[in-house]
Amino acid sequence: MLPERRRFLLTTARSLALAAAGGIVWSGYIEGGKAYPLILRPPAAVNEKDFFARCTKCGLCVEACPYHALILAKPGDAKPIGTPYFTPREGPCHMCKDIPCVPACPTGALNRSLVSEKDAAGRERLDINLARMGLAVIDRDTCIAYSGIQCDACYRACPRIDKAITVEYSRNSRTGKHALLAPIVHGDLCTGCGLCERACVTEKASVFVLPRNIAMGASSSQYIKGWDAGDEKRLTETPGDTRTRTPRSEKDPLDYLNRGDL
Amino acid sequence: MKENKFLMARRIIQVAVLFFFFAGNSFGWNILKGNLSTARAFGALPLSDPFGLLQVLAAGSLVSMEAIAGALLVALVYAVVGGRAFCSWICPLNIITDAANWLKKILRIDTAGEWSMSRASRYWIMALSLVISALLGVAAFEWISPISMLHRGLIFGMGLGSLSVLAVFLFDLFLKKNGFCGHLCPLGGFYSAIATFSLIRVKHTRERCTLCMKCVDICPEQQVLHRVGHRTGFILSGECVNCGRCIDVCEEGALGFSNRLVSQKTSPI
Repeated sequence: MLPERRRFLLTTARSLALAAAGGIVWSGYIEGGKAYPLILRPPAAVNEKDFFARCTKCGLCVEACPYHALILAKPGDAKPIGTPYFTPREGPCHMCKDIPCVPACPTGALNRSLVSEKDAAGRERLDINLARMGLAVIDRDTCIAYSGIQCDACYRACPRIDKAITVEYSRNSRTGKHALLAPIVHGDLCTGCGLCERACVTEKASVFVLPRNIAMGASSSQYIKGWDAGDEKRLTETPGDTRTRTPRSEKDPLDYLNRGDL
Repeated sequence: MKENKFLMARRIIQVAVLFFFFAGNSFGWNILKGNLSTARAFGALPLSDPFGLLQVLAAGSLVSMEAIAGALLVALVYAVVGGRAFCSWICPLNIITDAANWLKKILRIDTAGEWSMSRASRYWIMALSLVISALLGVAAFEWISPISMLHRGLIFGMGLGSLSVLAVFLFDLFLKKNGFCGHLCPLGGFYSAIATFSLIRVKHTRERCTLCMKCVDICPEQQVLHRVGHRTGFILSGECVNCGRCIDVCEEGALGFSNRLVSQKTSPI
């Protein structure tokens, strides 16, 4: 082989080897940095995967936040570098009506349509109550209200009082003469703003906001709520014959249960 | 201070841009908001880092019209007018690497034992940035860029970002002269690639040259000055950062900024 050609091939191979090695370290560093699920994003943030692709770390949402709640993750914060987040205990989201952080986003990482609703005239209106930044979770073992001490700090702090957090009254069976006023979070209405977490009086907050994908389960679709007219309707949409066929099912257990001659 | 005219001008602009971004966050000034990744000037004009946007596109996101318009605007200004001027007139890391070069000279650190490294590495790293962006769905260079860490850090808080800036400083000082800006930085590589046809260029006048080689000595991208002492004409390489240091040090006036449209007398070399 000619020396020049050999040198050229060798240089190319070396460059490729270096690029491969460097690329592996580089990718590993990014993957490691991305793997931080416990992070609360600004309102109207798209799902985390798209958020990584869209956010350019410009900080315009951070600058728009009048309460200085939003922070750009610094190297060493153990959060995906340069991306915006908030920590409720230090700086919760105050749920501004005009949501200044959302229109400030130049790349659609914060997506207006996630916090907009059409009004009667058909115009899009921002509604912060549609935001789902996270979900407040109560630790009943440390929440003092659950052990009978009167406290409704989180309930009072909640911007959606009596909706996202309600108080359930019950008899304190331990003392026999007091009431338990237990706060309950309603997941379908909680925005995850974290004002409850900041208001919580226990040493470490007993109500705290977690990302919704962490805090919530997912119900399987085959269960139909018979008491919900909308859900019940799905029965008519089920295709054709849905009966289970096993040797035992030939005895028709359903009819046997319904006959009433038990 | 006539001999440092362009150096002073660059420092003033670099610091001013940095200050306006800082004031945008700290005092709510509306001149420049955001940072060098994506910004808004005067509350309306979108500006975006075109290489950053390219990575975002590679990551599979269509972003937004505003970001795309901002990136096209910035790319157009550099491609048509300024060339690779971002590196020497705007980039804050340039101050750090210039400081490393200055200290290298003061301490008389020998470059003979330095790492051997190709200046084309930056194009490889640029390509690699796009590949990793596509594979992992995130702008890959933005994730590790010491430029972003420094600039974002100065506006929003440094954290451990100062360590990565220190690493670049030490790398340039001890391991490779102009190591980061002149060899590794894919953003510089990107701007080199789009700067091929830009108008404002350094022009060399052979007749005035005394072959003192001070320009070559001070130039951070020495390979672009191959014309010096040979032929009159423009420094055409996109890798020239238009910093004007060569003009500053030339005592004979054999080098100066000029416009390619106005004076076309460039003999190809």
